[in-house]
Amino acid sequence: MTVSVNPSQTGEPLFYLADEHPHPEGYSTSLGFWIYLMSDCLIFAILFATFGVLGGNYAAGPAPKDLFDLNLVAVNTSMLLLSSITYGFAMLTMQQNKIAQTQMWLAITGLFGAAFIGIELTEFAHMIHEGATPQRSAFLSAFFTLVGTHGLHVTCGLIWLVTLMVQVQKFGLIEANRRRLMCLSMFWHFLDVVWIGVFTFVYLLGVLR
Amino acid sequence: MSPDLLKLIFGRLGFESLPLHEPIVVGTFVVVALGGAALLGGLTYFRLWGYLWREWFTTVDHKRIGIMYMILGIVMLLRGFADALMMRGQQMLAFGGSEGYLNAHHYDQVFTAHGVIMIFFVAMPLVTGLMNYVVPLQIGARDVSFPFLNNFSFWMTVGGAVLVMASLFIGEFARTGWLAYPPLSNIGYSPDVGVDYYIWALQVAGVGTTLSGINLICTIVKLRCPGMTMMKMPVFTWTSLCTNVLIVASFPVLTVVLALLSLDRYVGTNFFTNDFGGSPMMYVNLIWIWGHPEVYILVLPAFGIFSEVTSTFSGKRLFGYTSMVYATVVITILSYLVWLHHFFTMGSGASVNSFFGITTMIISIPTGAKMFNWLFTMYRGRIRYELPMMWTIAFMLTFVIGGMTGVLLAVPPADFVLHNSLFLIAHFHNVIIGGVVFGAFAGINYWFPKAFGFKLDPFWGKMSFWFWVTGFYLAFMPLYVLGLMGVTRRLRVFDDPSLQIWFVIAAIGALFVFIGILSMLMQFAVSLLKREQLKDVTGDPWDARTLEWATSSPPPDYNFAFTPVVHDNDAWWDMKKRGYQRPLTGFKPIHMPASTGTGIILAGFATAMGFGLIWYMWWLAAVSFVAMLAVGIGHTFNYHRDFDIPAEDVIRTEDARTKLLAGAK
Repeated sequence: MTVSVNPSQTGEPLFYLADEHPHPEGYSTSLGFWIYLMSDCLIFAILFATFGVLGGNYAAGPAPKDLFDLNLVAVNTSMLLLSSITYGFAMLTMQQNKIAQTQMWLAITGLFGAAFIGIELTEFAHMIHEGATPQRSAFLSAFFTLVGTHGLHVTCGLIWLVTLMVQVQKFGLIEANRRRLMCLSMFWHFLDVVWIGVFTFVYLLGVLR
Repeated sequence: MSPDLLKLIFGRLGFESLPLHEPIVVGTFVVVALGGAALLGGLTYFRLWGYLWREWFTTVDHKRIGIMYMILGIVMLLRGFADALMMRGQQMLAFGGSEGYLNAHHYDQVFTAHGVIMIFFVAMPLVTGLMNYVVPLQIGARDVSFPFLNNFSFWMTVGGAVLVMASLFIGEFARTGWLAYPPLSNIGYSPDVGVDYYIWALQVAGVGTTLSGINLICTIVKLRCPGMTMMKMPVFTWTSLCTNVLIVASFPVLTVVLALLSLDRYVGTNFFTNDFGGSPMMYVNLIWIWGHPEVYILVLPAFGIFSEVTSTFSGKRLFGYTSMVYATVVITILSYLVWLHHFFTMGSGASVNSFFGITTMIISIPTGAKMFNWLFTMYRGRIRYELPMMWTIAFMLTFVIGGMTGVLLAVPPADFVLHNSLFLIAHFHNVIIGGVVFGAFAGINYWFPKAFGFKLDPFWGKMSFWFWVTGFYLAFMPLYVLGLMGVTRRLRVFDDPSLQIWFVIAAIGALFVFIGILSMLMQFAVSLLKREQLKDVTGDPWDARTLEWATSSPPPDYNFAFTPVVHDNDAWWDMKKRGYQRPLTGFKPIHMPASTGTGIILAGFATAMGFGLIWYMWWLAAVSFVAMLAVGIGHTFNYHRDFDIPAEDVIRTEDARTKLLAGAK
């Protein structure tokens, strides 16, 4: 077995660091947050799979064709996509250390997000009003759960966004806050990607089916 | 008060929910209440609450959190094993018209609670505890990546355990079997709180497990000391890494499937119902997509422990390190491709069953490679038969039998005969006890001196060993026989008197295991009393090979005064061979995370929320949820979570160790 030796200046093997620098704060955060996002992605994967298996079981109830208003969904999708763009602008201004502009873009992002949630709730209310409740069929159970879980995530993102805006206002764009904004940014874009899946597989393919 | 108001406050909880008509439960309650009162009184009398709160409950030190996980696991083992004894007693007695002593309502709860507790609140805490304690030390780190999260994860696990324990005295537990298959677990067939206890206990604990998985992956990937490349990591660290990858990649599935079951039960959706398009088999598939990786989550760290122990006590480098690592990774991947073997009888057809049968059999190849690696490590080694090594050898013998019956069950036609029989019960106890439990005991005996500075008493350890091992064979070999004769699992009464003798033998085996458990508690007590005789001042009592033995026992808060630099797989062995001198000067302040009470408070609210949801006390659930949110957000406003251990403290600690080491020579 070969043994590799890293000799120090004296020729003796080095077994410890005499002068060590602690890992900077948040050293593992981006990796940890990525892994968290992937675990969250798995949650959506299972919900998609459930929708895939049960999504055709209408139980003699309404089908996607009868329920989905693609125009409304298109508006809703653009709300979320725009919010992703504006979050990107927030990150750009953050890089330039412009607090006021960052806050403005964050606020706009939040408004788009809130509009998305509002439209989604309107859609849900409309469906429930027509008798297409989550209890009506396995298709509707899977639909409301998948789309609702996404909506719940966006809601959590909004709460987080507001919290971060308060923290940026209070403490400025310090390193810790930049890191947090970065995490929320990943979370926000992740939800965007998931929504594209929802839009395609649930709404578009649903109407085609 | 009006009934409406009572209902608003207490939901469906009332006096009739208390199991006062079950003398066994009442008796247990009295014993637990007296014991609990004595414990709480003692803590108060000796004024230990402040100490416990400051030094243990709020700690973010991975070592203390690891020890608390182990304590949780051992306490819950007593509960889970009491359930086992009750089942063995019932099945031994209930012959020839006898109804035994457990009614069906109670018996069904007992076997469900036994499975849930043993997997989630015994095996998981023991495995997580060992990983938490050992991994940062093995990789030369000062703590895990997210110390606060670690504390929070632990208390969430405790929260789940508290809910399961509460179900014993307040209401009832699920009567569905440990995986709560619908439609039985759906609201129509299980309208009471049992399944809700099950759901919320696992959801609360599951959050903790997932977060601790993320935490340990980051720790291993990011915090290894200089020189420790991936292929220089100790095997236990490798198996821990794979286990935590499995945790992160499988626990979200459990979260979702339980959430969907909750929606069915609380909202009336139709995921797993028999009508309106629901599919109960969807649940069975999903829960096993979590469930099969789960068994590897438990056994991989055990494999890591056996690797460390075999190489240490054979005085040799581990044979085939690289193949060991690849075998672990292959098992990790394959564990996702076998879930359907838990229900070949679903009727998915010959092709699907063949695929899953073959993937299952393939897993035995890397596992077999590991077995040979351990054997070749022992070959021509100077083997010391200390307790960890004894558990390892018992594991190797036992696990091979369990593995072979597993391969047998992997054959779909054979499985159609043996499905749901006691043969299956014997098989999985064979691998879980022989693998995970023996592994945990090997690990406890191996690392105890590291954690506490003295070895465990060998006499009571050997008592425990022999009673456990013989007890295991007595208890489970008869179940193989019964299973082959066609006896199904979870039966409460029997008609055929010729079967009774096997159940009597199994019950005797369970008693042997009981003596084994008592001996182990005795071992802890005796070792504590004899700690001066059993003391280890060197920090390396076994002449071991990996980095955790380079520091003192117990290690200081900061683990290593200087971050180690590694040149070899067996880093500490290499250091010893090349005349490493422990540094005596040049100490500097050390940056460490600070304790916080947020974790235990958040977990407390999560548990209260679970309790509220179980009993339909909606106000409690809502208040706890809002409180959780508020405390969580409040915590993010604290930007100063670290402190420096001053250089003087480091010097004092290290000088004390220098004196001890000098005294040892």
